[in-house]
Amino acid sequence: MDNVFLSYNNIVSAYGFDTNAAIESIKKEESGLKVFDDSKILSHPFCASMINSVKLFEAYQQLQPKERHTRLEQLLLVSLSQVIKESKLELTERVGLIISTTKGNIDVLEAQNTFPEDRAYLGELGKQIKAFFGFHNEAIVLSNACVSGVLAISVAKRFIRQGRFDHVFVVGGDLVTPFILSGFDAFQALSAEPCRPFCNTRAGINIGELGASILVTKEDTRLAPESVLILGDASSNDANHISGPSRTGEGLFKSLRLAMEEAGLTADDIDYISAHGTATQFNDEMEAIAFNRAGLQQVPMNSLKGYFGHTLGASGLVETIIGMHSLHQNVLFASKGFKALGVSEPLNIIEKTTSKKINTFLKTASGFGGCNTAAIFQKVGL
Amino acid sequence: MTDLKKELKGKIIQQLNLEDVSIEQIADNDPLFGEGLGLDSIDALELIVMLDKDYGIKLADPKEGRKIFESVETMAAYISAHKGA
Amino acid sequence: MSTENFHIESYSQIRNQSVSLNGETIFKSAETEFNAFIKSAYKTLDTQYPKFFKMDQLSKLALIASDILLKTETDKNVALVLSNRASSLDTDRKHQASLQEQEPYASPAVFVYTLPNICLGEISIKNGLLSENSFFIFDTFNAEYLQIYAEHLLSTQKAKKVLCGWVDFDNGKYDAFLYVVAKNGIFAHSKKEINRLYKTE
Repeated sequence: MDNVFLSYNNIVSAYGFDTNAAIESIKKEESGLKVFDDSKILSHPFCASMINSVKLFEAYQQLQPKERHTRLEQLLLVSLSQVIKESKLELTERVGLIISTTKGNIDVLEAQNTFPEDRAYLGELGKQIKAFFGFHNEAIVLSNACVSGVLAISVAKRFIRQGRFDHVFVVGGDLVTPFILSGFDAFQALSAEPCRPFCNTRAGINIGELGASILVTKEDTRLAPESVLILGDASSNDANHISGPSRTGEGLFKSLRLAMEEAGLTADDIDYISAHGTATQFNDEMEAIAFNRAGLQQVPMNSLKGYFGHTLGASGLVETIIGMHSLHQNVLFASKGFKALGVSEPLNIIEKTTSKKINTFLKTASGFGGCNTAAIFQKVGL
Repeated sequence: MTDLKKELKGKIIQQLNLEDVSIEQIADNDPLFGEGLGLDSIDALELIVMLDKDYGIKLADPKEGRKIFESVETMAAYISAHKGA
Repeated sequence: MSTENFHIESYSQIRNQSVSLNGETIFKSAETEFNAFIKSAYKTLDTQYPKFFKMDQLSKLALIASDILLKTETDKNVALVLSNRASSLDTDRKHQASLQEQEPYASPAVFVYTLPNICLGEISIKNGLLSENSFFIFDTFNAEYLQIYAEHLLSTQKAKKVLCGWVDFDNGKYDAFLYVVAKNGIFAHSKKEINRLYKTE
């Protein structure tokens, strides 16, 4: 069976246009979240992480595009172009493309948007990315709510294992739009201040916009220094409610158990957990229950939502990339916004950024529709 | 008050897509959640939007909803007391 | 790479005002409007799911198409791998329209359906399936990708069976084609056969 690795990666975020910009800011415990007051976006002030449109357009122009692209397409193109360049791969029929997004070009539905409404079809987004770089295969667009990013890595691994591809480029992204903010606002889920995952003062989520890309490959000659091996991954539905997290953490627990089983690891072998941690009351409580059921409550854990906000289709991807760099630099990043535990079961939340030798990490995500995903990664060459 | 209750029953049936339920079948004191009409957490959020949109009442704390939305009776009483406030 | 053989156990279709199971029509209606049509299908086919009437059109379509295949299924490790072209755009337009009204508002009951995978949640709840879920978007029906993904889930024992297919709802037009992949079955689980069944009227 082929080993499958995560290799070259990129993050375009409020911090800047490469992974390093994000890592350096997180090291200093600087949040990318800010309060915005723009009634064109939401009727009241909101807290989010946003990408500077002018700088994004400049970076996009450097790619010398021949056609016009939407803001989200610019974001994905800028992010993915760096990873394709670093990978030095020829885009043959052995190379796949997976796009992870919840809403894609949803802003084209806005009355004042100058792109045709057809651009809102996610297949259209797939075609744009495919055509720009000249991919051989049709893009696989994955839209599975907030687990999309982690699941996209899973799907890439599965297509490689099944022999269809040798390499898959995964790119994920979503925008901060009135569409998204008004919806989460109607759900009473938005926090007006920077979010505080797992904290007893948590008051809801922040939305963030971000584009992230990664190369998933079976070739150990194509690895970045921070590359990791995918040891196991699993998904499970809660079969409970379409928006409310399960009270027993059923689906997340099952995903954890099956991912550990495939990896051949027990709870003691996991050095770090990058949790979903959205900072809503019910989500964080559900995760605490599931992690305890899986015996993972002692493992150092953070949520990166206090840095990026919830970046929807990109969240699982960007948080996995940060996890890879945590392993590579042997550092546990503080769970930004956390002060005191506010869930009913014990968890080992990382309060201060600390150096520690770590080899293996677990990434989880849960989302609307009752979906949950877990994946376990390990340093290469252990 | 009686008109308001009737109006609320109609809105609940229509906006929450209750199939095969008529205004006559909802008693003023029937519990809306759980055993009664079987509404869930999304319906509760929908009722908060209804209060705002149709009656101009914004709930300061969504947790208040639990008491207000106990029955059509409690909803009508709350709306009467807070409308135009 | 897997060399194991899997088969298509059964398939369902909903298009042109009719519902069919393994190529045979089990419900037909004169209703041209989707909501009236799918409601009468729900009642005639004895689907038991009170939340049905609260769901968006995509979920209604997916639920009925899946229910006739899963009703008699006893195995609970059935993965769900669905795809379409329009994602949840029908509901997305509705949510966006409410934001552009004179007095803008957002309905939580509409917003929650602005994700295509919500229909996977509904199917999971209805059938008690704590299984692998994924929702893919393709420009047109992509038998190859579905076939490969289903085969992987089965050969790695991540699922016992896989409910695969296409559920698309867009501007009043609907098209559903779902099929169950398992160890044993009537049809070969090949790209060619999947495409043939998809095109069967």
